[in-house]
This record gives sequence, C-alpha cells and structure tokens, in this order.
Amino acid sequence: MTDGACAPGTRVVLARAGLVQLLAALREAGYVLVGPTVRDGAIVYREIDGADDLPVGWTEEQEAGTYRLRRRDDDAVFGHNLGPNSWKERFFAPRVRQWQAHRDEKGFRIDAEQSLPPRIALIGARSCDLHAIAIQDRVFLDGLAPDPDYAARRRDVFVVAVNCGQAGGTCFCVSMGTGPRASRGFDLALTELRDGAHRFHVEAATARGTAVLERLSCEPATGAEEDAVDAVVAATAASMGRTLDTTGIKELLYASYEHPRWDDVARRCLTCANCTLVCPTCFCATVEDVTDVTGDHAERWRRWDSCFTADHSYIHGGSVRATGRSRYRQWLVHKLATWIDQFGSSGCVGCGRCVSWCPVGIDLTQEVAAMRETT
Amino acid sequence: MADATSGATALLFPTPRRVRRRVRETADTFTLDIETDGGETAFRPGQFNMLYVFGTGEVPISVSGDPRRPGVLVHTTRAIGNVTRAMERLRSGATLGVRGPFGTPWPLEAAVGKDVVLIAGGIGLAPLRPLLYEIAARRRDFGQVVLLYGARGPEDLLFRRQLERWRDAAGIALAITVDRASPGWTGHVGVVTTLLPHAPFAPARAVAFVCGPEIMMRFTADALRRRGVPETSVFVSMERNMKCATGLCGHCQFGPSFVCKDGPVFAWPRVRSLLSVREA
Amino acid sequence: MTESLEPILARHPFFQGLPAPHLALLVGCTINVRFAAGEFLFRAGEEANHFFLVREGHVAIEIAPPGGAAHTLQTIGVGDVLGWSWLIPPYHWKFDARAIEPTRTLALDGKCLRTKCEADHDLGYELLKRFAQVMEERLQATRLQLLDVYSRG
Repeated sequence: MTDGACAPGTRVVLARAGLVQLLAALREAGYVLVGPTVRDGAIVYREIDGADDLPVGWTEEQEAGTYRLRRRDDDAVFGHNLGPNSWKERFFAPRVRQWQAHRDEKGFRIDAEQSLPPRIALIGARSCDLHAIAIQDRVFLDGLAPDPDYAARRRDVFVVAVNCGQAGGTCFCVSMGTGPRASRGFDLALTELRDGAHRFHVEAATARGTAVLERLSCEPATGAEEDAVDAVVAATAASMGRTLDTTGIKELLYASYEHPRWDDVARRCLTCANCTLVCPTCFCATVEDVTDVTGDHAERWRRWDSCFTADHSYIHGGSVRATGRSRYRQWLVHKLATWIDQFGSSGCVGCGRCVSWCPVGIDLTQEVAAMRETT
Repeated sequence: MADATSGATALLFPTPRRVRRRVRETADTFTLDIETDGGETAFRPGQFNMLYVFGTGEVPISVSGDPRRPGVLVHTTRAIGNVTRAMERLRSGATLGVRGPFGTPWPLEAAVGKDVVLIAGGIGLAPLRPLLYEIAARRRDFGQVVLLYGARGPEDLLFRRQLERWRDAAGIALAITVDRASPGWTGHVGVVTTLLPHAPFAPARAVAFVCGPEIMMRFTADALRRRGVPETSVFVSMERNMKCATGLCGHCQFGPSFVCKDGPVFAWPRVRSLLSVREA
Repeated sequence: MTESLEPILARHPFFQGLPAPHLALLVGCTINVRFAAGEFLFRAGEEANHFFLVREGHVAIEIAPPGGAAHTLQTIGVGDVLGWSWLIPPYHWKFDARAIEPTRTLALDGKCLRTKCEADHDLGYELLKRFAQVMEERLQATRLQLLDVYSRG
C-alpha cells in the first residue's frame, strides 16, 4: 500500500482501513452520513458517525414473511442485504409541511415552506435501490410541477454504492434488470473482496467521487481484482432468492383483471400496507390541512399514504375500491404494469422487501407466476 | 412570503382570492364567483381548480364560467362533503385559496365544422357550461349544436334561463328531462339517454361531450354508439379522489391514467374497458 | 287517406327493413289521430287495441293513485313508439297515456293486426322483433331511472 495521494482514475483498491478514512473524509466535507446499522433486531439506514457503526459481521435470513439477523462467521462489512427501510424516506419525506396560511386583514396569505435539508452521503446503497431512486426522480421531478421538497433533498447527495456480495433470500434484481452490479446513480461503487487481504474495489463514476479518493491512500486496481469483482457479482447473480418472469407482464396483468387468483390473495392479504411502506418506489401521499386552536393559523402537511387504506379511493358516495381484493389488485397491477405506461419502466426493482415484510408472506413473484400459469 | 405568480408556483401553492358572489342554484348546489387578476388564471373549458377553504381542506371543482371573461372564476358545486359545505357558508368578501388550472380540456377544436352534442347529467352540466359559452361566442364554427340535459327532478335543474337564452339567441337545440317528475312538470320524464334517438344532429359528423355520473356516461356512450356516432368522437369527464392534482399523490389513478393530469377529459375508447372493471 | 300514409310509414325507423307486402298491410291498418293537450290516448284498464307512432307533440305515461294526483312515470316524444299491450294477453292498458301538448299520431289497429299475425307468422315475427327492441330500450331506461344516479351518495 503506498501512502499519500491516490492516483486519479476510475478503478482503485482501498484497504479495509481505507473505508474508515473514506467515511471520515465525507464527514469532513460536510456530509451527514446515512448508512446501514443494527437497530432493534434489523439492519436499517440511519445517520451514522463512521465506519464503526456499519453492521460488520452481520447478515440476514430473509424469506416470505421472515426477517432475522444472523451473525456471520467472518467480518464482512456489507455481508447483509436490505432491511425494512429504503432511501425513499430521505427524499420523499414521510411527513413534511408544504405551506402555512395565516389570516390577515385581507383574508389570508400563504407562505411556502423553504426546505433546507442537510447534505447527505448514502453509504452502502445497493443497485436495486439506486434504480428505485431514479424511478422516484422520474415521478417527483419530471411531472407537471416538480416537488420542491423532493428536489431540495435530492440536491448534492453523495452516493457510495455497494455491489452485493450475496443475494438476499427474497431478492430478484436479476429478473428486473436492476442489479446486482451498480451501473448508475453513484459517485463511488464498492465491491468488498475478502479473498486474501480484506479490501474494497472502488469504481469512481464522477469527478466528485474521484476528488474524495484523492484524499485517501489507495492503489490502482489490477486485472486480477477486476476479475474478482466480476466473480463476486456473478456469484450473487446466480444465487437470487427468486425470479419473476417479466415477459409480456403488462399485457398479462391487463388481461387478468378478473383472474380468480385475486380472490385467493384477498383471503390472505390483511391490507396492513407494510408492502407499500417498505417499497422503495411507492409514492402515494395524502395531505392534511390543520389549524391551531385560535383558527388563525393553518398548515398543509403531506404524509405517506397507501393504496391499501380504505379511503384511498374515496369520492362522495364511498370508496371506489371498497374491498381488499380490489386494493391488492390495484397495488400489484400498478407496480408491475400500469407503472410502465405511466413512467416508461416497471415500478418494481426486485428488492424483495414486500415479500420479507408481508406478515402473511404474500410473494408477488408467486402471484404473477400463478396467473401466468393459468391464463 | 410566496405570492403565487405563474407556472409551477400557481400549481403548487394556493393563491388567496376574494369571493365576489355566492349564488344558491338549487337545494344542494351553489355557485361561487371568484375575483382574479385576469391573465394567468385563464382556463380552458373542462379544466378544474383546487379550491382551499382556510383550515378545512381543498377540493377539485371544475370551472363552470365563461373562458372569455378572465376577471372572474366561476365554480358551481354540490355541497356534499366537509369542504364544500364549508364553502357554501362563504359570503361575498371571504377569501378562498385557488390552485390551478389543472387537467385536460374538452377538445373543442376537434368539433369545428361538425355537429356538437353536449350531454349533461346532474351537476355534470357545470363542467360543460364553459363549452356553451365558447360555442355561443363562435357559433358559426359549428354545425348543429345540441344540449341534452337530465337531472333528478325539476327542482334540480341548473341554469334554466341561461340555457333557454342560448337556445333562442345562439341556435343551440335544447332538450331537458328529469328522472322523476314533480307536480306541475310538463316536460320530458325519463333518463337523458331517451333524448338521444331523435336529437337533431348527424351522427357521422358529430362530436359528443358527455359529463355526469359514471353509470350515466356509460349508458350515454352506448346510446351514442347505437345512434352511429364513432367512439373516437365521444369524450367524457372523469372524477376521482384528488389530493395534489399534479400527478404525484397517486390517489386519482384510473388504470394507467392520472385523472388530474391525463384527464379529467378522456376520449371514450380510453376509458371504456376500465369503466366495466368491477372494483368490488 | 291511407295512400298518403305509406311513404310516412316506410320512412319511419321502426319499420325499416319490413318487406313491402307487410308494409302495405300495415298501411291498411293505419289512421291519423290527433289529440288535444290534456286528452287521453288511452286509460289504464281499457282494452288495448292500438299502438301509436308519435309524429308531433308529447305524451305522458301516468299512473294515478286512488284519490291522488297523477304521477308521470315517463314521457314519449316525437318518433317514439307507444303501446305494446295490444300484443300481450289479456290486451289491457296498464297505465294512462295523456297528451301533454297537441299531439299528432299514427294509430295502428292492433286488434286487427293480432288476427293477421296469427295467420301470417312472418308478419308476426317482424312485428315482435321490433317491439322486443322497444321494450328492451324502455326497460333499460326504466332501470336507469330506478338507479337514481344523481342522488346524494
């Protein structure tokens, strides 16, 4: 390892200790670090102080309706996959005030909220989640009126991606074309290598990424290390927990509105909305208009909503989707089919969270397969 | 302080406006005339605004006034929920928040040189009225113009005198019917589709604009088809739960369309199959 | 004069596609009838011996509860066909039909046609086909009225 400045270039190798320095350098540059850490029996994305907060030596056991933390028999830093939260809550905030209204002598006036979010650095973002961020960017920034709060939070975000070293039990990014190798939306992409010295292959995609590397000690990546990265990614891709056949899926679902499988799912689904909460692309929101006790001051708050709630589709006379069956159908058909017509891509990135976190273990890959079989 | 002036700001934040006048139309329907600065609040027939009552909430209401009079925004609505009931209590001089305009307009240009058939059910006449103003102002651009209007009962009919003035002065054929008669009513009794078979227009060169309850629009579209009007010449206005009106909150989705930005006006072929999906 | 009614019947949508001999037969059973405003075309309980094509005016189908004011269920307008009870035993009108304004109709002799249809089933089938369609439309419209689609939630 040579000490001193890192040679600018797009692919280098960082020692294990270099990871500590990388996070410290980002903090010094003024970023608030947000990364995976163990909390309450799960690995969740939280604000962290440094590399010591990362879930070293932890992994997860995930299956339909199951999530368990397990100790690994090594000290891999990123030997886990995805927990119940995603980066969505950083940009599409769960609760945000949009404006305030104050009564005055002329009636009332509206004061738009000026959001001043901290600059954050995402540590350990997986490829599927990066695709999810891009999908939400299209929703919130490419429309009629770009959401100002989302736009403010998305500005100047530093992304340290991680290429998964193992597939999670419910993962199917390969089916959705969203991984496991990170291909976009990052400044630096790390691949953890533990054959021989514990180190990280780093791919820098932006000038900002390269600039941070220059403050660390690292070496250019060799051909052998490139091969090692390819091997890691290939091994992960070959061990996906699930597959989803996306051939003609839009046409399949559009033709299946009356398929009996919906009745089957409806018998199991609790409409608890877990899936929409953990999903990194779900974007439904509602607004609340509140006043204070004097009635002179009102605020509009936006908060997350879910199409599984009974009044999501309420218009005078009642809810359009009054049954669990029609609400589950709305969610699945939107996620995998109508999303394509709306935004030009699937709404699903194959992260598997909805499968792991459904309390009754509904697996959308299984539901689609069942419908495909009997159509 | 954000004083909404143009573009995205006018869509994101309500602009406080003064209510100039509130008129009771029927037992449960009223009209608000809202003062504007002209200019940026111009709207196209078929569009809607999100109207905000301080501290209570916001609802989507179609504009029902004259698009050539930008100084006043007119909205006619039923008092049917918390917000509209609060709106009903507003008096002249009160302040209302206005955000918009939103949505796709009625494609009137597609009807130039053709016969125009407007079919309204109940409060559905309100989103169609701006079309009537526009058509009356350029009557010679169109062939036969017919308004078929159905309401629950005679006491629920809106804008009667205005419709009769348009019939007499602008050559707009008018047929009114009610679902149930009340004593003293000597007009048509029956659903609005019964007015279609003999309405004075040529189906092959007609464009139809339909607005009313979903069931009524479905049966009207079918009656138009039976009369020989091509499906692609039939347009309807849909309604769904709306919160943001900018295509972000997800509530108004109707199949792949967001009613707030891909609608509320849709060509019939686009919504036909969706309207027959049983949601329950 | 029945000769002048043939082109009128031939043009009416209700008789579209009717073979010429049947049309001629029907013309023989047709007369012009006018009703003043307020005059009844028929009353509930009476023998149903005609059906009407409305040429001008407006007819209300009414029912009057005992001792109460008449209630209009539906109205029939220009171009519409009114009355099929002449086809269905025991051939009695179920409702009142009253002209709301001066009304001109073509009245076809149903009693006479009943006999002719029994003898000529082709004629019978042609008429039944057409009346089935009128009934279907009237039933559909009535169902829609029942749905009360404009009511408050």
